[in-house]
Amino acid sequence: MPRYAALIYGPEQTDSSAPPEVWAAIMAEYNDFGATAGAAGVLVGGEALQDTGTATTVHVQGGAKGGEVVTTDGPFAETKEVLGGFYLLDCANLDDALHWAAQIPGAWHGRVEVRPVIDFSQGQ
Amino acid sequence: MIDPLEQMIRHEGGRVLATLVRLTGDFTLAEDAVQDAVVQALQRWPRDGLPHNPAAWLTTVARNRALDVLRREARRTTKETDARLLDQVELVAGERTTDSMVRDDLLRLLFTCCHPALSFEARTALALRTLCGMTTGEIAAAYLVPESTMGQRISRAKQKIATARIPYRVPADHELPDRLPAVLAVIHAIVTTGHHSPGGELDARQDLAAEGIRLARLLHGLMPDEPECTGLLALSLATHARRDARRDEAGEVVLMVDQDRSRWRHDEIAEAAALLDHAVHLHRPGQYQAQAAIACLHGLAPTFDATDWSQIASLYATLERFAPTPVVRVNRAVAVAHADGAGPALRLLDELPAAAVDRWHLYWSARGEMLARLQRPDDAVAAFGRALECSPNEGDRRFLLRRRRQIAGEGPQPS
Repeated sequence: MPRYAALIYGPEQTDSSAPPEVWAAIMAEYNDFGATAGAAGVLVGGEALQDTGTATTVHVQGGAKGGEVVTTDGPFAETKEVLGGFYLLDCANLDDALHWAAQIPGAWHGRVEVRPVIDFSQGQ
Repeated sequence: MIDPLEQMIRHEGGRVLATLVRLTGDFTLAEDAVQDAVVQALQRWPRDGLPHNPAAWLTTVARNRALDVLRREARRTTKETDARLLDQVELVAGERTTDSMVRDDLLRLLFTCCHPALSFEARTALALRTLCGMTTGEIAAAYLVPESTMGQRISRAKQKIATARIPYRVPADHELPDRLPAVLAVIHAIVTTGHHSPGGELDARQDLAAEGIRLARLLHGLMPDEPECTGLLALSLATHARRDARRDEAGEVVLMVDQDRSRWRHDEIAEAAALLDHAVHLHRPGQYQAQAAIACLHGLAPTFDATDWSQIASLYATLERFAPTPVVRVNRAVAVAHADGAGPALRLLDELPAAAVDRWHLYWSARGEMLARLQRPDDAVAAFGRALECSPNEGDRRFLLRRRRQIAGEGPQPS
């Protein structure tokens, strides 16, 4: 069976930018989709990401592995380069995540944006 | 101006905050607790006198405050993390804080505040707030932005530290080559911003340079075997030593050639030279040591004409290998102009790509000075015109206008 990634774009949503009832309604919609797509057997996995304020972008200079790692605050914002894929990394903290991100070939062929996944069990 | 007791309490607060962040793992909780302790100290100490050990007093009060908040939270919610934190903080409530623990806590705080995943502005603001105890309003005034903007910048950075899990730790030795430059750059930027006060009369900016030097001294104390840390302290001291001579009473820029050298703090220059001497014997050169050497040579020269320009020019060439930027190149060219004449200096400027310098007033004014010395007053006047178009600062603009008038009116000027 072919696999597809469904990438979700939209206006920035944060806990503080939307009133609780709006936030709850959006969550209900996502739960609804999760239940339906899950029952249909098409849902393999997925995560919600923290807002772009938590993003860090990694680039390895020189176009080859082992170049100087440049780390910048913020999301990847170029329009010429497009999303080409993603990895889900299990890391203890941002330093570990950035360490691994800098070894993804995309870090020297382009940029890798690192963003924490929302942990719903922590009540965030 | 802040009174000395308040200054001392704020600085001790930085040490205490470093410990509290380790204990609670929570920047905001730690800051609130320390803030509370500082307020209590400001009320009590002037009345009751200093406690025997001010840092221990502040730590105990702040720790109890954090415990209160955590206990209240633990009762209110069943959040597992708060209960775990409470255990952790209670466990160490009886611990005796040793000097080496304080040292590690401060280093951790410094490296966390200066983490490369935070924007440069945020790093600077966090360092000033946490380690120097400056208020958001004071930092906003120093950087000429509205207080609300600075408040957002700081709270966003703290949120990122928490949510993205920027670890509270000192980088391992093999990571230092990547991480230490970020810390050095933040401290250096604080000192230099303090020196470029727009009117020369903003207390907030003058204080900034002093706080930057305090941070440089702190870092040097924490990492005494890192020659670049020593180099940064030497550089900061040697440039800060010229603070009283850099502007005249009207706030106008006074060039080094016209500065009253009796107003330089020669004791501070001597300290910088001694520090630098220690650093270079570790045989690991770097950009801050090179800059410190240049600043010390200026500081030790009895007169402008007696300055060792050829030594300074060769130090700039060294610096350019570490930091190949247009700023370094222009400064090198100015030194070469004094050592070897305006001709070779102008050739160094010509090698710079136009796009890098086209809108930079200091490039155009340096070029103007060299052209004037090469007896090309028309070209010089045009260069000063470009400098004026690019200059952001009223004081600099007045200076440039004066120079342009001199050159246009009287032909070539010695400078």
